[in-house]
Amino acid sequence: MKAKITITPKKAVLDPQGKAVLNALEHLGYDGVSDVRVGKYLEMDVPSDSPEFRERLNEACHRFLSNPVIEDFQVEFE
Amino acid sequence: MRFSVLQFPGGNSDQDCVHAVRALGHEAKYVWHKESAITDSDAVLVPGGFSYGDYLRAGAIARFSPIMQALVDYAKSGGLVLGICNGFQILCEAGLLPGALILNRELHFRCEHVFLSVANRETAFTRASSESGIMRVPIAHGEGCYFADEPTLAKMTSGGQILWQYCDQTGALSEGANPNGSVQNIAGVCNEQGNVAGLMPHPERACESVIGSSEGKEIFESMIQTLSEKSQN
Repeated sequence: MKAKITITPKKAVLDPQGKAVLNALEHLGYDGVSDVRVGKYLEMDVPSDSPEFRERLNEACHRFLSNPVIEDFQVEFE
Repeated sequence: MRFSVLQFPGGNSDQDCVHAVRALGHEAKYVWHKESAITDSDAVLVPGGFSYGDYLRAGAIARFSPIMQALVDYAKSGGLVLGICNGFQILCEAGLLPGALILNRELHFRCEHVFLSVANRETAFTRASSESGIMRVPIAHGEGCYFADEPTLAKMTSGGQILWQYCDQTGALSEGANPNGSVQNIAGVCNEQGNVAGLMPHPERACESVIGSSEGKEIFESMIQTLSEKSQN
């Protein structure tokens, strides 16, 4: 089983990478895109998606994998 | 006074810190990150570098080093702690300082001298600042854009926790003098208690005029003054 974790900068946080990518998209003629946020994606093999394990992984996301001051995260199991 | 300088794998300013302290006539020793205690120390410096390759986020892995629990205890018992550059990032990640450091606004690594304005001169880290309140010190970072949300910033402002801000040579906090997009031009802050501080610039690389500036000394002299007073009481 895999856990897929997406970490993105919070709305209020400046995202210079996102801005640079948006500028480049416009420059290349890909119109219509209005906001780009560049984040991180982690994929890991996990033993289960039990409520206990989900809770453990959530804790790891809060404590270590993301910085709650500047980032949001989402976890999906597959 | 006795300074401990933490050493992490990937650090690169530990020797500069030790040199600066010794050049000021005080003692400095290295403390390896796998140690679990901070002993015989009047103050701790968390130096700059790229601890653990800055993987995941700058400082994110270093903050879980064994020495960090000892540092948290040391800080909670009132010990003086200064984090410089990566050390500042580590202290923010460890929750010892408010806010976080993100990628520079222009995405470039900036390595140059900048001017800092001392925003609060009444602290253990700034009390020996010069009359002008302006210091010229170098920066060398890619992730130095300081961020804290509005409520945190308001609290920090009223508590005098903003210590240094990027300015031009006249002391004006202009946008052009802000090398990385930091909110309110913030270069360095302290905790509510005033015993833990961090800054992105490198005062330890500006302690001798032969290397371009000696104004960084003011921060170490402030700490030494504070410690001398403490030891007299």
